[in-house]
Amino acid sequence: MVSGLKEKVGEVLLPGDEFCFEAEDTISLTEQVKPEKVVCGPGLRRSGDRLLVCKSGVLRHKQPNTFWIDSQQRRYVPVKGESVVGIVTAKSGDVFKVDFGGSEQASLSYLAFEGATKRNRPNVQVGDLVFAQFLIANKDMEPELVCIDGSGRANGMGVLAGGGLLFRVSLGLVRRLLAPHSKIESDLKQLFPCELVVGMNGRVWVHSCSVQQTLIIANLLQSCDTMTAAQRRELFRRVQQGVL
Amino acid sequence: MMEVCGSGIVNLREFGCEQSLLSRPDGSASFIQGDTSVLAGVYGPAEVKVSKEIYDRATLEVLIQPKVGLPGVKERSQEQSVRETCEASLLLSLHPRSSLTLVLQVLHDDGSLLSCCLNAACMALMDAGLPMSCLFCGVTCAIDTAGQIITDPTATQEKESRALMTFAIDSTEHRVMMSSTKGSFSVHELQQCIAVSQKASEKIFQFYRDSVRRRYSKTL
Repeated sequence: MVSGLKEKVGEVLLPGDEFCFEAEDTISLTEQVKPEKVVCGPGLRRSGDRLLVCKSGVLRHKQPNTFWIDSQQRRYVPVKGESVVGIVTAKSGDVFKVDFGGSEQASLSYLAFEGATKRNRPNVQVGDLVFAQFLIANKDMEPELVCIDGSGRANGMGVLAGGGLLFRVSLGLVRRLLAPHSKIESDLKQLFPCELVVGMNGRVWVHSCSVQQTLIIANLLQSCDTMTAAQRRELFRRVQQGVL
Repeated sequence: MMEVCGSGIVNLREFGCEQSLLSRPDGSASFIQGDTSVLAGVYGPAEVKVSKEIYDRATLEVLIQPKVGLPGVKERSQEQSVRETCEASLLLSLHPRSSLTLVLQVLHDDGSLLSCCLNAACMALMDAGLPMSCLFCGVTCAIDTAGQIITDPTATQEKESRALMTFAIDSTEHRVMMSSTKGSFSVHELQQCIAVSQKASEKIFQFYRDSVRRRYSKTL
Protein backbone atom coordinates (compact mmCIF):
# COMPACT_ATOMS: atom_id res chain seq x y z
CA MET A 1 0.00 0.00 0.00
CA VAL A 2 2.77 2.42 0.93
CA SER A 3 4.72 1.39 -2.15
CA GLY A 4 1.59 1.94 -4.26
CA LEU A 5 1.27 5.42 -2.84
CA LYS A 6 4.96 6.20 -3.31
CA GLU A 7 4.69 5.33 -6.99
CA LYS A 8 2.08 8.06 -7.38
CA VAL A 9 4.10 10.80 -5.64
CA GLY A 10 4.34 13.84 -7.88
CA GLU A 11 1.35 12.79 -9.95
CA VAL A 12 -1.99 14.54 -10.20
CA LEU A 13 -4.81 12.79 -8.34
CA LEU A 14 -8.54 13.51 -8.41
CA PRO A 15 -11.27 13.09 -5.77
CA GLY A 16 -12.52 9.52 -5.77
CA ASP A 17 -9.12 7.92 -6.39
CA GLU A 18 -8.36 5.33 -3.75
CA PHE A 19 -5.59 3.10 -2.45
CA CYS A 20 -6.06 -0.16 -0.60
CA PHE A 21 -4.10 -1.38 2.37
CA GLU A 22 -3.22 -4.91 1.42
CA ALA A 23 -2.80 -7.39 4.23
CA GLU A 24 0.57 -9.09 4.42
CA ASP A 25 0.23 -12.63 3.12
CA THR A 26 3.48 -13.96 4.48
CA ILE A 27 4.77 -13.35 7.95
CA SER A 28 8.51 -13.27 8.36
CA LEU A 29 9.66 -15.31 11.35
CA THR A 30 13.29 -14.28 11.42
CA GLU A 31 13.12 -10.48 11.37
CA GLN A 32 10.69 -8.31 13.23
CA VAL A 33 8.32 -6.51 10.90
CA LYS A 34 7.03 -3.19 12.11
CA PRO A 35 3.63 -2.28 10.71
CA GLU A 36 3.99 0.81 8.54
CA LYS A 37 1.99 3.78 9.73
CA VAL A 38 0.81 6.23 7.12
CA VAL A 39 0.16 9.85 8.09
CA CYS A 40 -2.49 11.54 5.96
CA GLY A 41 -2.24 15.26 5.33
CA PRO A 42 -4.72 17.62 3.66
CA GLY A 43 -6.73 16.10 0.82
CA LEU A 44 -6.43 12.50 2.01
CA ARG A 45 -8.89 10.57 4.15
CA ARG A 46 -8.73 7.21 5.87
CA SER A 47 -11.77 4.97 5.63
CA GLY A 48 -11.27 1.54 7.14
CA ASP A 49 -8.45 -0.08 5.18
CA ARG A 50 -8.74 2.33 2.28
CA LEU A 51 -7.13 5.68 1.63
CA LEU A 52 -9.36 8.11 -0.26
CA VAL A 53 -8.39 11.24 -2.13
CA CYS A 54 -10.85 14.11 -1.61
CA LYS A 55 -9.14 17.05 -3.35
CA SER A 56 -7.59 17.43 -6.75
CA GLY A 57 -3.88 18.17 -6.79
CA VAL A 58 -0.37 16.79 -6.75
CA LEU A 59 0.49 14.00 -4.29
CA ARG A 60 3.47 14.92 -2.11
CA HIS A 61 5.50 12.78 0.25
CA LYS A 62 7.75 13.41 3.23
CA GLN A 63 9.90 10.84 4.98
CA PRO A 64 9.06 8.45 6.41
CA ASN A 65 5.37 8.01 5.65
CA THR A 66 3.63 11.37 5.43
CA PHE A 67 1.49 12.03 2.38
CA TRP A 68 -0.63 14.99 1.37
CA ILE A 69 -2.27 16.61 -1.63
CA ASP A 70 -0.84 19.92 -2.78
CA SER A 71 -3.71 21.85 -4.34
CA GLN A 72 -4.23 25.37 -5.61
CA GLN A 73 -7.12 26.95 -3.80
CA ARG A 74 -8.12 30.44 -2.81
CA ARG A 75 -10.36 30.01 0.24
CA TYR A 76 -8.54 29.51 3.52
CA VAL A 77 -9.63 26.92 6.07
CA PRO A 78 -8.03 27.49 9.51
CA VAL A 79 -5.57 24.96 10.90
CA LYS A 80 -4.21 24.98 14.46
CA GLY A 81 -0.77 26.55 14.74
CA GLU A 82 -0.78 28.33 11.38
CA SER A 83 -0.01 32.04 11.24
CA VAL A 84 -2.34 34.39 9.41
CA VAL A 85 -2.72 38.09 8.66
CA GLY A 86 -6.13 39.30 9.85
CA ILE A 87 -8.09 42.54 10.01
CA VAL A 88 -9.66 43.60 13.31
CA THR A 89 -13.35 44.20 12.59
CA ALA A 90 -14.87 44.73 16.03
CA LYS A 91 -14.02 45.30 19.68
CA SER A 92 -16.46 43.73 22.09
CA GLY A 93 -15.58 43.67 25.79
CA ASP A 94 -12.38 41.74 26.21
CA VAL A 95 -12.11 40.13 22.76
CA PHE A 96 -11.43 41.47 19.30
CA LYS A 97 -13.11 39.96 16.24
CA VAL A 98 -10.66 39.28 13.44
CA ASP A 99 -11.48 38.63 9.81
CA PHE A 100 -8.93 36.25 8.30
CA GLY A 101 -10.78 35.27 5.12
CA GLY A 102 -12.32 32.06 6.43
CA SER A 103 -15.92 31.03 6.93
CA GLU A 104 -16.32 32.84 10.24
CA GLN A 105 -14.48 35.49 12.22
CA ALA A 106 -11.91 34.51 14.79
CA SER A 107 -11.71 35.88 18.32
CA LEU A 108 -8.54 37.42 19.70
CA SER A 109 -8.30 38.09 23.44
CA TYR A 110 -6.78 41.39 24.56
CA LEU A 111 -4.60 39.38 26.96
CA ALA A 112 -3.05 37.42 24.09
CA PHE A 113 -0.45 40.10 23.32
CA GLU A 114 3.09 40.34 24.62
CA GLY A 115 3.21 42.23 27.89
CA ALA A 116 -0.56 42.69 28.09
CA THR A 117 -2.20 42.61 31.50
CA LYS A 118 -5.65 43.59 32.76
CA ARG A 119 -4.28 47.05 33.57
CA ASN A 120 -2.08 47.40 30.53
CA ARG A 121 -4.33 46.85 27.50
CA PRO A 122 -2.75 46.63 24.04
CA ASN A 123 -3.47 49.50 21.69
CA VAL A 124 -5.52 47.81 18.95
CA GLN A 125 -8.08 49.72 16.89
CA VAL A 126 -10.77 48.47 14.55
CA GLY A 127 -9.25 48.22 11.06
CA ASP A 128 -5.76 47.34 12.28
CA LEU A 129 -3.87 44.44 10.74
CA VAL A 130 -2.67 41.71 13.07
CA PHE A 131 -0.28 38.85 12.47
CA ALA A 132 -1.40 36.01 14.73
CA GLN A 133 -1.49 32.24 15.00
CA PHE A 134 -4.37 29.89 15.65
CA LEU A 135 -4.71 28.51 19.16
CA ILE A 136 -8.03 26.83 18.41
CA ALA A 137 -9.01 25.83 14.89
CA ASN A 138 -11.76 23.27 14.89
CA LYS A 139 -14.57 22.88 12.42
CA ASP A 140 -17.18 22.85 15.19
CA MET A 141 -15.87 25.76 17.23
CA GLU A 142 -15.13 29.44 16.78
CA PRO A 143 -11.46 29.82 15.84
CA GLU A 144 -9.24 31.65 18.35
CA LEU A 145 -6.11 33.62 17.54
CA VAL A 146 -3.20 34.63 19.78
CA CYS A 147 -0.33 37.04 19.20
CA ILE A 148 2.09 35.27 21.55
CA ASP A 149 3.87 31.93 21.39
CA GLY A 150 3.94 29.28 24.11
CA SER A 151 6.43 31.21 26.24
CA GLY A 152 4.52 34.51 26.11
CA ARG A 153 6.84 36.18 23.59
CA ALA A 154 5.54 38.11 20.57
CA ASN A 155 7.98 36.35 18.22
CA GLY A 156 7.18 38.67 15.32
CA MET A 157 3.44 38.58 15.88
CA GLY A 158 1.19 41.47 16.84
CA VAL A 159 -0.20 44.58 15.16
CA LEU A 160 1.31 45.46 11.77
CA ALA A 161 1.83 49.19 11.99
CA GLY A 162 3.73 51.87 10.12
CA GLY A 163 2.21 51.83 6.64
CA GLY A 164 2.82 48.99 4.22
CA LEU A 165 0.49 47.32 1.77
CA LEU A 166 -1.79 44.30 2.14
CA PHE A 167 -2.69 42.15 -0.87
CA ARG A 168 -3.90 38.65 -1.64
CA VAL A 169 -2.17 35.82 -3.44
CA SER A 170 -3.18 32.17 -3.89
CA LEU A 171 -2.63 29.70 -1.05
CA GLY A 172 -0.30 27.67 -3.26
CA LEU A 173 2.04 30.63 -3.71
CA VAL A 174 2.02 31.31 0.04
CA ARG A 175 3.15 27.77 0.73
CA ARG A 176 5.89 28.11 -1.87
CA LEU A 177 7.00 31.40 -0.27
CA LEU A 178 7.11 29.93 3.23
CA ALA A 179 8.86 26.70 2.25
CA PRO A 180 12.34 26.42 3.73
CA HIS A 181 15.02 27.76 1.33
CA SER A 182 12.31 29.35 -0.85
CA LYS A 183 13.75 30.49 -4.18
CA ILE A 184 11.11 33.21 -4.67
CA GLU A 185 11.89 34.80 -1.33
CA SER A 186 15.65 34.80 -1.82
CA ASP A 187 15.31 36.19 -5.35
CA LEU A 188 13.06 38.97 -4.06
CA LYS A 189 15.45 39.79 -1.21
CA GLN A 190 18.26 40.32 -3.68
CA LEU A 191 16.08 42.66 -5.72
CA PHE A 192 14.64 44.93 -3.02
CA PRO A 193 15.22 45.08 0.71
CA CYS A 194 11.76 44.90 2.28
CA GLU A 195 9.70 43.72 5.22
CA LEU A 196 7.47 40.85 4.17
CA VAL A 197 4.77 39.25 6.34
CA VAL A 198 3.19 36.17 4.77
CA GLY A 199 0.02 34.73 6.29
CA MET A 200 -1.06 31.18 5.49
CA ASN A 201 -4.47 32.62 4.56
CA GLY A 202 -3.07 34.12 1.36
CA ARG A 203 -2.67 37.64 2.69
CA VAL A 204 0.73 39.25 2.29
CA TRP A 205 1.83 42.50 3.89
CA VAL A 206 4.78 44.36 2.39
CA HIS A 207 6.64 47.36 3.72
CA SER A 208 9.65 48.90 2.01
CA CYS A 209 11.43 52.23 1.86
CA SER A 210 9.22 53.82 -0.80
CA VAL A 211 5.64 53.46 -2.04
CA GLN A 212 6.91 52.76 -5.55
CA GLN A 213 9.04 49.83 -4.41
CA THR A 214 6.20 48.44 -2.32
CA LEU A 215 3.91 48.46 -5.35
CA ILE A 216 6.54 46.79 -7.53
CA ILE A 217 7.02 44.02 -4.96
CA ALA A 218 3.25 43.49 -4.71
CA ASN A 219 2.89 43.27 -8.48
CA LEU A 220 5.86 40.91 -8.79
CA LEU A 221 4.51 38.53 -6.16
CA GLN A 222 1.03 38.51 -7.65
CA SER A 223 2.41 37.69 -11.06
CA CYS A 224 4.63 34.89 -9.62
CA ASP A 225 1.42 32.92 -9.08
CA THR A 226 1.11 31.77 -12.66
CA MET A 227 4.78 31.60 -13.64
CA THR A 228 7.28 28.79 -13.89
CA ALA A 229 10.65 29.18 -12.17
CA ALA A 230 12.42 30.09 -15.43
CA GLN A 231 9.85 32.76 -16.31
CA ARG A 232 10.15 34.21 -12.82
CA ARG A 233 13.94 34.47 -12.98
CA GLU A 234 13.66 36.17 -16.36
CA LEU A 235 11.15 38.70 -14.98
CA PHE A 236 13.27 39.42 -11.89
CA ARG A 237 16.35 39.85 -14.07
CA ARG A 238 14.55 42.39 -16.23
CA VAL A 239 13.32 44.31 -13.20
CA GLN A 240 16.85 44.38 -11.83
CA GLN A 241 18.16 45.85 -15.07
CA GLY A 242 15.47 48.49 -14.89
CA VAL A 243 13.77 47.46 -18.13
CA LEU A 244 10.36 47.25 -16.49
CA MET B 1 -5.54 26.49 -21.39
CA MET B 2 -8.53 25.50 -23.46
CA GLU B 3 -8.41 21.92 -24.62
CA VAL B 4 -10.69 19.99 -26.85
CA CYS B 5 -11.63 16.33 -27.01
CA GLY B 6 -12.91 14.95 -30.30
CA SER B 7 -15.71 12.43 -30.67
CA GLY B 8 -15.11 8.67 -30.70
CA ILE B 9 -17.23 5.55 -30.38
CA VAL B 10 -19.85 7.05 -28.11
CA ASN B 11 -20.82 10.10 -30.07
CA LEU B 12 -20.26 13.20 -27.95
CA ARG B 13 -19.84 16.64 -29.37
CA GLU B 14 -16.46 18.28 -28.90
CA PHE B 15 -16.09 19.46 -25.35
CA GLY B 16 -13.69 21.82 -23.66
CA CYS B 17 -13.06 23.29 -20.23
CA GLU B 18 -11.13 26.07 -18.54
CA GLN B 19 -10.52 26.26 -14.78
CA SER B 20 -9.98 29.27 -12.48
CA LEU B 21 -10.68 31.85 -15.16
CA LEU B 22 -12.48 34.28 -12.85
CA SER B 23 -10.54 36.27 -10.26
CA ARG B 24 -13.21 36.93 -7.63
CA PRO B 25 -14.79 33.52 -6.86
CA ASP B 26 -12.94 30.84 -4.87
CA GLY B 27 -13.32 28.41 -7.73
CA SER B 28 -14.52 28.82 -11.29
CA ALA B 29 -14.76 26.86 -14.52
CA SER B 30 -16.31 27.15 -17.92
CA PHE B 31 -17.52 24.08 -19.76
CA ILE B 32 -18.37 23.89 -23.44
CA GLN B 33 -20.18 21.03 -25.19
CA GLY B 34 -20.55 21.78 -28.88
CA ASP B 35 -22.27 25.15 -28.90
CA THR B 36 -23.63 24.82 -25.37
CA SER B 37 -21.56 26.80 -22.92
CA VAL B 38 -21.86 27.30 -19.14
CA LEU B 39 -19.75 29.38 -16.77
CA ALA B 40 -19.63 28.32 -13.11
CA GLY B 41 -18.39 30.12 -10.00
CA VAL B 42 -18.10 28.71 -6.46
CA TYR B 43 -17.93 30.78 -3.29
CA GLY B 44 -17.15 29.15 0.01
CA PRO B 45 -16.89 27.86 2.66
CA ALA B 46 -18.12 31.32 3.67
CA GLU B 47 -20.20 32.88 6.40
CA VAL B 48 -23.82 31.71 6.47
CA LYS B 49 -27.06 33.48 7.32
CA VAL B 50 -28.43 32.32 10.67
CA SER B 51 -31.73 31.30 9.05
CA LYS B 52 -29.94 28.97 6.61
CA GLU B 53 -27.38 27.59 9.05
CA ILE B 54 -27.24 23.80 9.44
CA TYR B 55 -25.40 22.74 12.56
CA ASP B 56 -23.71 19.61 11.21
CA ARG B 57 -23.00 20.40 7.56
CA ALA B 58 -22.53 23.16 5.04
CA THR B 59 -25.48 24.79 3.29
CA LEU B 60 -25.22 24.45 -0.47
CA GLU B 61 -27.01 26.94 -2.68
CA VAL B 62 -27.14 26.55 -6.46
CA LEU B 63 -28.22 29.40 -8.73
CA ILE B 64 -28.72 29.01 -12.47
CA GLN B 65 -28.85 32.23 -14.44
CA PRO B 66 -30.39 31.95 -17.92
CA LYS B 67 -28.85 33.73 -20.90
CA VAL B 68 -31.64 36.30 -20.99
CA GLY B 69 -34.34 37.19 -18.50
CA LEU B 70 -34.93 36.04 -14.96
CA PRO B 71 -34.69 32.46 -13.68
CA GLY B 72 -38.07 30.71 -13.83
CA VAL B 73 -39.59 27.36 -12.93
CA LYS B 74 -37.38 25.46 -15.39
CA GLU B 75 -34.20 26.89 -13.88
CA ARG B 76 -35.48 26.12 -10.38
CA SER B 77 -35.95 22.46 -11.24
CA GLN B 78 -32.49 22.31 -12.81
CA GLU B 79 -31.04 24.00 -9.74
CA GLN B 80 -32.56 21.31 -7.57
CA SER B 81 -31.14 18.51 -9.73
CA VAL B 82 -27.66 20.04 -9.66
CA ARG B 83 -27.83 20.78 -5.94
CA GLU B 84 -28.81 17.27 -4.98
CA THR B 85 -26.05 15.80 -7.15
CA CYS B 86 -23.44 18.12 -5.62
CA GLU B 87 -24.68 17.37 -2.10
CA ALA B 88 -24.20 13.67 -2.75
CA SER B 89 -20.62 14.01 -3.89
CA LEU B 90 -19.37 16.78 -1.58
CA LEU B 91 -18.27 16.00 1.98
CA LEU B 92 -20.40 18.77 3.47
CA SER B 93 -19.98 17.58 7.05
CA LEU B 94 -16.34 18.76 7.00
CA HIS B 95 -17.47 22.40 6.92
CA PRO B 96 -20.40 22.70 9.32
CA ARG B 97 -22.18 26.06 9.76
CA SER B 98 -20.86 27.54 6.56
CA SER B 99 -22.31 28.27 3.15
CA LEU B 100 -21.31 27.17 -0.32
CA THR B 101 -22.75 29.04 -3.26
CA LEU B 102 -22.55 27.74 -6.80
CA VAL B 103 -23.58 30.13 -9.55
CA LEU B 104 -24.06 28.75 -13.06
CA GLN B 105 -24.38 31.28 -15.85
CA VAL B 106 -25.72 29.91 -19.12
CA LEU B 107 -23.75 31.50 -21.95
CA HIS B 108 -25.37 29.63 -24.81
CA ASP B 109 -27.93 26.83 -24.95
CA ASP B 110 -27.72 24.40 -27.84
CA GLY B 111 -29.11 21.28 -26.17
CA SER B 112 -27.86 19.09 -23.26
CA LEU B 113 -27.89 22.13 -20.99
CA LEU B 114 -28.38 20.23 -17.74
CA SER B 115 -25.46 17.90 -18.39
CA CYS B 116 -23.26 20.85 -19.30
CA CYS B 117 -24.29 22.55 -16.02
CA LEU B 118 -23.35 19.41 -14.09
CA ASN B 119 -19.95 19.18 -15.75
CA ALA B 120 -19.22 22.87 -15.17
CA ALA B 121 -20.32 22.51 -11.54
CA CYS B 122 -18.00 19.56 -10.95
CA MET B 123 -15.00 21.33 -12.46
CA ALA B 124 -15.69 24.50 -10.43
CA LEU B 125 -16.09 22.56 -7.16
CA MET B 126 -12.83 20.78 -7.86
CA ASP B 127 -11.13 24.10 -8.62
CA ALA B 128 -12.33 25.53 -5.31
CA GLY B 129 -10.61 22.63 -3.53
CA LEU B 130 -13.71 21.50 -1.68
CA PRO B 131 -13.55 17.99 -0.21
CA MET B 132 -15.44 15.52 -2.42
CA SER B 133 -15.97 11.80 -2.06
CA CYS B 134 -16.15 11.32 -5.82
CA LEU B 135 -16.52 13.28 -9.03
CA PHE B 136 -19.63 13.36 -11.17
CA CYS B 137 -20.49 14.14 -14.75
CA GLY B 138 -23.69 14.72 -16.67
CA VAL B 139 -24.71 12.91 -19.85
CA THR B 140 -27.84 13.66 -21.86
CA CYS B 141 -29.45 11.02 -24.12
CA ALA B 142 -32.27 11.58 -26.58
CA ILE B 143 -34.38 8.86 -28.19
CA ASP B 144 -35.56 9.92 -31.64
CA THR B 145 -38.79 8.80 -33.34
CA ALA B 146 -37.00 5.86 -34.98
CA GLY B 147 -35.86 4.59 -31.55
CA GLN B 148 -32.20 5.57 -32.02
CA ILE B 149 -30.29 6.78 -28.98
CA ILE B 150 -28.42 10.06 -29.50
CA THR B 151 -25.95 11.08 -26.81
CA ASP B 152 -25.29 14.76 -26.20
CA PRO B 153 -28.05 16.01 -28.56
CA THR B 154 -28.22 19.51 -30.01
CA ALA B 155 -31.27 21.73 -29.52
CA THR B 156 -32.85 20.62 -32.82
CA GLN B 157 -32.24 16.94 -32.03
CA GLU B 158 -33.84 17.50 -28.62
CA LYS B 159 -36.90 19.07 -30.22
CA GLU B 160 -37.36 16.16 -32.66
CA SER B 161 -36.82 13.50 -29.99
CA ARG B 162 -39.47 11.30 -28.38
CA ALA B 163 -37.76 11.13 -24.99
CA LEU B 164 -34.96 13.04 -23.31
CA MET B 165 -32.95 11.86 -20.30
CA THR B 166 -30.11 13.36 -18.31
CA PHE B 167 -28.06 11.28 -15.90
CA ALA B 168 -25.42 12.26 -13.36
CA ILE B 169 -22.83 9.50 -13.08
CA ASP B 170 -20.27 9.14 -10.29
CA SER B 171 -16.60 8.50 -10.98
CA THR B 172 -15.88 5.63 -8.59
CA GLU B 173 -18.49 3.03 -9.47
CA HIS B 174 -20.09 4.66 -12.53
CA ARG B 175 -23.50 4.53 -10.89
CA VAL B 176 -26.42 6.86 -11.57
CA MET B 177 -26.61 9.66 -8.99
CA MET B 178 -29.42 11.66 -10.50
CA SER B 179 -31.77 11.26 -13.41
CA SER B 180 -34.08 13.72 -15.07
CA THR B 181 -36.36 12.47 -17.84
CA LYS B 182 -38.92 13.88 -20.24
CA GLY B 183 -41.19 12.03 -22.72
CA SER B 184 -42.20 8.37 -22.94
CA PHE B 185 -39.89 5.37 -23.17
CA SER B 186 -39.80 1.70 -22.21
CA VAL B 187 -37.83 0.17 -19.33
CA HIS B 188 -35.50 -1.46 -21.83
CA GLU B 189 -34.77 1.87 -23.49
CA LEU B 190 -34.04 3.45 -20.11
CA GLN B 191 -31.54 0.73 -19.27
CA GLN B 192 -29.93 1.10 -22.67
CA CYS B 193 -29.60 4.84 -22.16
CA ILE B 194 -28.01 4.32 -18.74
CA ALA B 195 -25.49 1.90 -20.25
CA VAL B 196 -24.63 4.36 -23.02
CA SER B 197 -24.28 7.20 -20.50
CA GLN B 198 -21.96 5.13 -18.34
CA LYS B 199 -19.76 4.49 -21.34
CA ALA B 200 -19.77 8.17 -22.25
CA SER B 201 -18.95 9.14 -18.66
CA GLU B 202 -15.62 7.28 -18.81
CA LYS B 203 -14.56 9.59 -21.59
CA ILE B 204 -15.59 12.69 -19.67
CA PHE B 205 -13.76 11.54 -16.53
CA GLN B 206 -10.62 10.92 -18.58
CA PHE B 207 -11.00 14.44 -19.92
CA TYR B 208 -11.34 15.79 -16.34
CA ARG B 209 -8.09 14.06 -15.42
CA ASP B 210 -6.23 15.38 -18.45
CA SER B 211 -7.36 18.95 -17.92
CA VAL B 212 -6.51 18.95 -14.20
CA ARG B 213 -3.11 17.42 -15.00
CA ARG B 214 -2.47 20.20 -17.51
CA ARG B 215 -3.47 22.77 -14.91
CA TYR B 216 -0.98 21.46 -12.37
CA SER B 217 1.76 20.86 -14.95
CA LYS B 218 3.56 24.05 -13.88
CA THR B 219 3.90 22.98 -10.26
CA LEU B 220 4.88 19.34 -10.86
